[in-house]
Amino acid sequence: MNRYPLWKYVVIGVALVIGVVYTLPNFFPEVPAVQVSTSKSSIKIDSSTLQTVEDALKAGNIPYTGATVDATGVKVRFADPDTQLKAKDVLQAKLNPDPNNTNYIVALNLISSSPNWLAKIGALPMYLGLDLRGGVHFLLQVDMQAALDKAADRYLTDIRSLLREKKVLYAGIAREGHSVAVRFRDATERDRANVEISNAFPDLQLREVDAGSETRLVASLKPEAQKRIQDGAVQQNITILRNRVNELGVAEPIVQQQGADRVVVQLPGVQDTARAKDILGRTATLEIRMVDDDPTAQQQAVSGQVPLGDDLLVERTGQPVLVKRQVVLTGDRINDAQPGFDQRTNEPAVHVNLDGTGARIFKEITRDNVGKRMAIVLVEKGKAEVITAPVIREEIGGGRVQISGRMSTREANDVALLMRAGALAAPMEIVEERTVGPSLGKENIDKGFNSVLYGFIVLTIFICAYYELMGVISAISLVVNLLLLIALLSMLQATLTLPGIAAVALTLGMAIDANVLINERIREELRWGDTPHAAIQAGYERAWNTILDSNVTTLIAGLALLIFGTGPVRGFAVVHCLGIITSMFSAVFVSRGLVSIVYGGRKKLDHISIGQAWKPAT
Amino acid sequence: MEFFRITRVIPFMKYALVFNVISLVTFLLAVLFLATRGLNLGVDFRGGTLIEIAYSRPADLGHVRAVIDKMNLGEFAVQSFGSANSALIRLPLKEGVSTAQLSERVMTALKADDSGVTQQRVEFVGPQVGKELYENGALALLLVCIGIVAYLALRFEWRFAVSAIAANLHDVVIILGFFALFQWEFSLPVLAAVLAVLGYSVNESVVIADRIRENFRKMRKTPVPEIINSAITSTLSRTIITHGCTLLMVLSILFFGGETLHYFALALAIGICFGIYSSALVMAALVMWLGVSREDLVRPEKKTGAGSAEKILP
Repeated sequence: MNRYPLWKYVVIGVALVIGVVYTLPNFFPEVPAVQVSTSKSSIKIDSSTLQTVEDALKAGNIPYTGATVDATGVKVRFADPDTQLKAKDVLQAKLNPDPNNTNYIVALNLISSSPNWLAKIGALPMYLGLDLRGGVHFLLQVDMQAALDKAADRYLTDIRSLLREKKVLYAGIAREGHSVAVRFRDATERDRANVEISNAFPDLQLREVDAGSETRLVASLKPEAQKRIQDGAVQQNITILRNRVNELGVAEPIVQQQGADRVVVQLPGVQDTARAKDILGRTATLEIRMVDDDPTAQQQAVSGQVPLGDDLLVERTGQPVLVKRQVVLTGDRINDAQPGFDQRTNEPAVHVNLDGTGARIFKEITRDNVGKRMAIVLVEKGKAEVITAPVIREEIGGGRVQISGRMSTREANDVALLMRAGALAAPMEIVEERTVGPSLGKENIDKGFNSVLYGFIVLTIFICAYYELMGVISAISLVVNLLLLIALLSMLQATLTLPGIAAVALTLGMAIDANVLINERIREELRWGDTPHAAIQAGYERAWNTILDSNVTTLIAGLALLIFGTGPVRGFAVVHCLGIITSMFSAVFVSRGLVSIVYGGRKKLDHISIGQAWKPAT
Repeated sequence: MEFFRITRVIPFMKYALVFNVISLVTFLLAVLFLATRGLNLGVDFRGGTLIEIAYSRPADLGHVRAVIDKMNLGEFAVQSFGSANSALIRLPLKEGVSTAQLSERVMTALKADDSGVTQQRVEFVGPQVGKELYENGALALLLVCIGIVAYLALRFEWRFAVSAIAANLHDVVIILGFFALFQWEFSLPVLAAVLAVLGYSVNESVVIADRIRENFRKMRKTPVPEIINSAITSTLSRTIITHGCTLLMVLSILFFGGETLHYFALALAIGICFGIYSSALVMAALVMWLGVSREDLVRPEKKTGAGSAEKILP
């Protein structure tokens, strides 16, 4: 007798229901939608935002098929892409009346047309990887050495002003690698400096170096401070990247730290990869430096000998400018930057708002240097360019600075954007890029789907022909396996990639192993002359050990891939591992249940439909 | 339907030496190819840029080559990819060239030449990342080996663990040998396929090992080679059917999965074919030579009725 306990049927039933429900969303096509979200913490997206959006659409006479609000923002669905585009423009105009001060991100998106109740219980379609939906993947490496250099530069300025303030006499100060070296003529001054610096900057460790008549104090960052600066640099860069990505208007961007010094950026559905790369890859920093107006120095520079401590840079007009290497103020001090126009000349300009410290420094600089020129330097991709080098006419307080100088309106916009989006704490470099066009993504889905479908059809036909009714049971359990696998992938929102789809096919091919093992075992038992009931019993029981062992080893390989794999390989590994688990459940549990339904009730069973079970002649 | 009607135990172990010589020769050949030709490492591992482009008409590869040649980018390669309209451009890493912008420069040049060209895919991997992917791949392989050996040693016995891993690593080397011989591109998905094959072949070894253990329990007086022969013979049908089914799916990926999955599927297909051979014949023979015995696997049984049903293949 092959009765199966009721609770096992219940488990199978529950699994099937969950499987069907969570697989369902994948069958609904994606429809064009507009997604409204925000990057500002001061703005909340709630039902009132939804109301505003709906009102705007009604006012604009744009029909929509549905509007919802959730944690990621307001999503409005449309019947076709044309309406979607029109709606985007309308919403953009309504929500962001000032194009230079965008509070909301209005992005085009595709969302599933599955009913709301499915989304409410968390049943979403599978999360497609970039190779299937198209988009850009970048891996950026943060230059930690540069972050430390920058920190050292900052300390150089700070130590210099501290020593001046405290009237400590020093002979010279310079950056040496990541440390700052101060030279003194006598030891008493050095000791005074030692005390002052230690008090003011607890993050620095000081070392006294005596060489001949000169005595030096070398200040370097403590290891824990170094680590803090590096972590801070990565975090700051991530924040800045998020801001920049938001300027691009992407629906579901991912900006994440990976490892100690890397950042992953994924922009699904981005078509214009060149622009994305341009905006992200910009490593622009803004610096304010003084122009070296000393005639002899300028003379030297023109003759090709740039004086020590100076840089010969080029202005936008193409004119060379001799600029002091010492940075007065960096872009970190900028609170806000907006494009606009110079009130006197009506030239395009950028209005910059400095923070407290920045404003103070700027006030001091302008007070001390009236009549001299200062240079606004934009450092982009390692190249420094002087945007403008105006003459300081008066002391400028309050932290409001206007930068103008032969800029076009577009340039003013760009410069403002760069300043607002923030200067990177340290330069970044793209170390890995994977871009897939949307048409290729679509093609990949079709190809992946076809390979699963055709393989599965042939496999099913074969298994049904070879094992007859038991084969049909195996095929059904294989379908259950596929269902559960897709449900699990949808539930976990694991990223499905093209190798992932291949893994679905492969998993089905491997999952059949368990069924074959069982069926072969039953045949064998029948061959020995067991009764059909005993054969089924023995077949499932004996095969179980083997199935477990063989699946565990396969799982080990899958887990290793999961741990060490990145990108497409990880997509493969996820499906592979999940597939092994679902296949064990369906091959053993589900097929056993089915067999019990078919054969379990019969008291006297003299034949199992498992293909011709040949018996050896005795 | 039933393909296999084996009436007697096939004496596989009698020819163990022959099988192992064959497999040793194949293995050495694979090593030779690997040593002389080396793997054709893809962009993933070597670093560099890969651009897939598509035209609305058949792509003129010679012309594309000429356009890129003018840009002086080092040793590049242009080949057709998938359909006649598509082409794949490979650019090496070059010192001093801003790699991230490289694909744009190439696309700009190609667009200036023919505006009908579209960029389908770009993959750029920097030298550091390539090296890491390579190292991670090697680490993954090592981890899989250790994990499998440990599990098999725990579940069975060390002789099985060692034999299984030896037999299956030999599969891996043979796949790599194929890739070296034909200079097929070795990319990340191929690596995934190789590791999946490793797991899959071990699965095969487990089935046979399981049967050997069972036979030790049931056939108390039979000599070891007989036991192994019987185990291989009785699992033969299952082995072929299972591998056939898996191969079916893999071939489906090979034929319908498109160019991106081509080498991935190829690696799987080769691995599955050799997997049958190595698990059944190489692994079993190694176990025998390592001197596996009944005492190693069967714990002294308690006096129950379990072992009473002694069945021997006719």
